[in-house]
Amino acid sequence: MSQEQVFDKVVSILKPFVRSPEGLEAVKMETTILGDLKVNSARLVDVVLEMEDAFGIAISDEEADQVACVGDAVNLVLNKQA
Amino acid sequence: MSRSSSQRVVVTGLGVLAPNAHGAASFAGALREMKSGIRYHQHLADLKFGCQVGGIPEGVDELQKQYLSEDELFAMNHNMIYAAIAAIDAWTDAGLERQAPDSEPDWDTGAVIGTGIGGIDTIAEKLAPKVQEGRVSRLGSSMVEQVMSSGNSARVAGLLGLGNQVTTNSSACTTGTEAVVDAFLRIREGRAKRMLAGGSEGSSHYIWAGFDGMKVLNRTMNDAPEKASRPLSASAAGFIPGSGAGVLMLESLESALARGARIYAEVLGGAVNCGGHRGGGSMTAPNPVGVQRCIRDAVGMAGIEPSQIGAINGHLTATFADPHEVNNWSQALGLPPERMPWIHSTKSLVGHALGAAGGLECAAAVLELHHGFVHGSANCEDLHPGVEAYASRIPQQTIEAPELDVVAKASFGFGDVNGCVIFKRFRS
Repeated sequence: MSQEQVFDKVVSILKPFVRSPEGLEAVKMETTILGDLKVNSARLVDVVLEMEDAFGIAISDEEADQVACVGDAVNLVLNKQA
Repeated sequence: MSRSSSQRVVVTGLGVLAPNAHGAASFAGALREMKSGIRYHQHLADLKFGCQVGGIPEGVDELQKQYLSEDELFAMNHNMIYAAIAAIDAWTDAGLERQAPDSEPDWDTGAVIGTGIGGIDTIAEKLAPKVQEGRVSRLGSSMVEQVMSSGNSARVAGLLGLGNQVTTNSSACTTGTEAVVDAFLRIREGRAKRMLAGGSEGSSHYIWAGFDGMKVLNRTMNDAPEKASRPLSASAAGFIPGSGAGVLMLESLESALARGARIYAEVLGGAVNCGGHRGGGSMTAPNPVGVQRCIRDAVGMAGIEPSQIGAINGHLTATFADPHEVNNWSQALGLPPERMPWIHSTKSLVGHALGAAGGLECAAAVLELHHGFVHGSANCEDLHPGVEAYASRIPQQTIEAPELDVVAKASFGFGDVNGCVIFKRFRS
């Protein structure tokens, strides 16, 4: 998958949890998941589970802890698929 | 906030999500028209339930999207969704504005919203299967908030920014009425200006299965759903399970008058107790002394004479206990059958909504007072021999009662627990 495709998929996974429509409107690689998108931090667990299913990858707790912005999630997937 | 004791307490908002109506005005209309919310449910037949009819609020799949975001719904089962819709409705009905998510909490407003069974559907459908399969890591983040007993009131607190006491009580079928009593006392003591009070119960077959297994649900009328809930009837053969939520906005009279709120009724008194599983009481049967004391305590606190009570909205489920309940009312009030208030059962129209029953039925009682009517108690055309002496006091059709001034509402639950509230038409 291209970076753009992974980006779009990650955003679609995040979308149900986003509590800032403005943040979603302006989403880009640098957009922070908790700060800009106002995703409840507890829901990061669900985002990671969705990503594992959607991309067919396994994400460790340590890897998940490093994800702060949308780009972190996208790059995590791309590195796993490389 | 005033800390003086003995604040007068009034009802300024109602939220109702019932099997036969959504919203206070629709519910009042449905009660007046004796509209049944009991339907046949194929999934109960497929699961080989003896009772295949029940009361489930209709149209909730669409309705919930108008009240709750995708993020909120992600972690909500029906118990929580029903509570949220009814609580938001009660808030709005009370003339209050929803505050922004980043606003200061409303420190003067809290909630006691109970449930009888709670999130058992989440446990049965999501939690238990994954745990059994050794897949705890796949549970996600939303299990605890859906299975914790206080999930319904906790979600309501976040939706409305409540800053006073927020809790979920649980006392089986007394739950909703107990919540109203607890909230009433809190405001009366001056510890809160407003309290959302009532109960919610989901409509999962996992909630109803235990009762079906006990053979306490009516399994004889699956082909006639609207006739199946038969309190006070000789052919009563068990209750019909119901679900939904009923939430009242209770408020100090001082606060209500200060903001010019519409006042539905005043709460004059309330009591809860337990029969201690003594004197004929048990886990599943009431000690009549406990029932009578509870009623008398509520009437005593209200400072009224029993003869002032115009109507009783009974617990009256359609089990063997109905005649005992009616006799307990007569004993407690010291009134012979012919001088008893009107006595009727809202469960005849919506089924027994368990932890939501008291909330829904308190809302019904308040609406009857406010609009001046007593709805007909359906499906008791063949009165039970044990209540025949009260025949003239059991309305089989809706009665217009513009003079109705006081309504007593009681609930009785497994565990031998009792609750009673006295509502009065408000006069300044």
